[in-house]
Amino acid sequence: MNLMEHLPALIIAIPLITAFLTPLVDRASKKARNVLVFISLLITFILVVLLVQRVFDKGIITYVMGASNPTETIPKQAAVPIRIVLEIDGLSAFMLLISIFISFIGLIYSFAHIKEGGGRFYTLFLLMVVGMIGMELTGDLFNLFVFLEILSISSAALIAFEFKRATTIEAGIKYIIISSISALFVLFAVGLFYGEYDLLNMAAIANEIGGALSHIDKIALILLFSAFAMKAGIAPMHMWMPDAYGEAPGAISMVLIATTQASLYALLRVCFTIYNEALHVVFPIALILLGLASIFIGVTMALLQDDIKRLIAYAAVAEVGYIVLAIGAGLYGFLGGGDKFASLEMWKVALKGGIFHIFNDVLDIGLLFLVAGGIIYVTKERSLNKLGGLAHSMKYSSILFLIGLAAVAGLPPMNGFASKIIIYESIYGVSPILSIVAILASIVMLAIFVKIFHAIFTGPKLAEHGEVPKYMLASMIVLAGLIIFFGLFPDIVLKNLVNPAVNALMEYGKYISAVMG
Amino acid sequence: MIYNLPFLTVVALIAIGMYAMLFKKNLIKIAIGLTIVESGVNLFLITLGYREGGIAPIFTNLPPGMSPEEIPEKMVLPVPQALTLTSIVIGVAVLALILSLAIRIYRHYGTLNAEEVRRLKE
Repeated sequence: MNLMEHLPALIIAIPLITAFLTPLVDRASKKARNVLVFISLLITFILVVLLVQRVFDKGIITYVMGASNPTETIPKQAAVPIRIVLEIDGLSAFMLLISIFISFIGLIYSFAHIKEGGGRFYTLFLLMVVGMIGMELTGDLFNLFVFLEILSISSAALIAFEFKRATTIEAGIKYIIISSISALFVLFAVGLFYGEYDLLNMAAIANEIGGALSHIDKIALILLFSAFAMKAGIAPMHMWMPDAYGEAPGAISMVLIATTQASLYALLRVCFTIYNEALHVVFPIALILLGLASIFIGVTMALLQDDIKRLIAYAAVAEVGYIVLAIGAGLYGFLGGGDKFASLEMWKVALKGGIFHIFNDVLDIGLLFLVAGGIIYVTKERSLNKLGGLAHSMKYSSILFLIGLAAVAGLPPMNGFASKIIIYESIYGVSPILSIVAILASIVMLAIFVKIFHAIFTGPKLAEHGEVPKYMLASMIVLAGLIIFFGLFPDIVLKNLVNPAVNALMEYGKYISAVMG
Repeated sequence: MIYNLPFLTVVALIAIGMYAMLFKKNLIKIAIGLTIVESGVNLFLITLGYREGGIAPIFTNLPPGMSPEEIPEKMVLPVPQALTLTSIVIGVAVLALILSLAIRIYRHYGTLNAEEVRRLKE
């Protein structure tokens, strides 16, 4: 048995098994539990890196669950794929790497502050990782729904983890209701596809659609589009995001960003792979407009906030807007909209900027969330009006926050600049107004964050606090290091990770033929 | 017409459930609405696999006197049933989570009215 062949299944299996072992080990020893969770996630991380390496070497990898020959996507007796097929192309590889990296950092951070109920916490945490990674691995639409639900249930429970505060429960129930309704939309769309084509595999469905849409396909498209847009937190369906991000404990806010991006990935799969050229040009235009709305709402609402995490959460809404704006512009050109834009191939650049910004968004906003979580942990205070003068005692945190805010505002030499400049430049081809709004929003964002920096860190010392715990500091420093590294050498990431992802989006034919042969 | 009846029921169930989710303020009623939508979707899935006069898709438990050639045409589709079962199990988990959160909401706020549960403003 070649173990390398079974990598995709192992990546799902290891955290899943550990998740259910955790409560048992927790009864025996807290330290053993931490070690177990750490090692299982570390192994998953290594396996993901190996898998990504293989995808970049050999192209698309398929894996058939439960088959005697895991590479035989279509069984001999059948004409279509019957079993669950895991399919990993450049885009999935890129998203997998982000998800597992962010989960890993989040886990290290959590070691510092999860004292009570750790057994529950880490079980849910690992299930969340399974859901997120499973969504990015799978090539089966129903399987996608199952992982989406695993993700929703575990994230809702994690958001409501600090249940002694009433607001966390409120955020949790809001999140689970919205998630399950959007998951039911997805399930209904799956049913429509199954009724029409007798298929559940995404590549096979894309093959059947083949450029011409029936009425049922259109209904399914609307259902899938709205469900994943809701889960990805695109305005005006963003209202759960500030609550969930703002109330989640510590690093969960950061990992939640990665989970929303898994939904964004599903949205990309639906648009670029399943429907590809049959998509009406109104969808990219809708994405562009919704992206603009997200940026606008995120920035203006961030101005009004008093709670530090809620403020950053609104900035996260705006950052999602940038990604959606760039990807919408890319999709617009992909479908041949805007003559000059399409012929100059600026849309490929826009797509590149959008995909690159996925990584940068989770790093930048993630770092800010981690610093904010550290501040809340040390001072037990979330209100901007009551915080102040923290730079006296928290030197490292204040520097890290400064790095994060510069990156979110898109200042050079941070990574936020590297991707935002690509986005500004390319969406100018669709309409100059888009670039103007995007740049203005970035400037407002800078103003907001300078204001909070001023409110939290400068001024006279209010009370004696220590620095944040070591584990927290270590995870923040890793993120800050990557932010600066990506800012100084964006070419390395663009060439090695982003380009394969963009190519995978454009060459949807390869994704289909990898399964259909 | 009679064969469309399940689909009409699906539409009715989803519409009723959506109405309850959108216009009812009580959190328990919202959870009930969600369950009704889910039943509608499950009914839709199971209807897709229906065949008139069909038998259970189990080869080892065939009715006597059936020739092997006509078996596959007579069987109902097994995949939608598997999908429905999975979806029911997931639905139970979601419902349990929503209700347990609703209990905690009631303890904290003393009410289940969604309009009064608004400490997260804006």
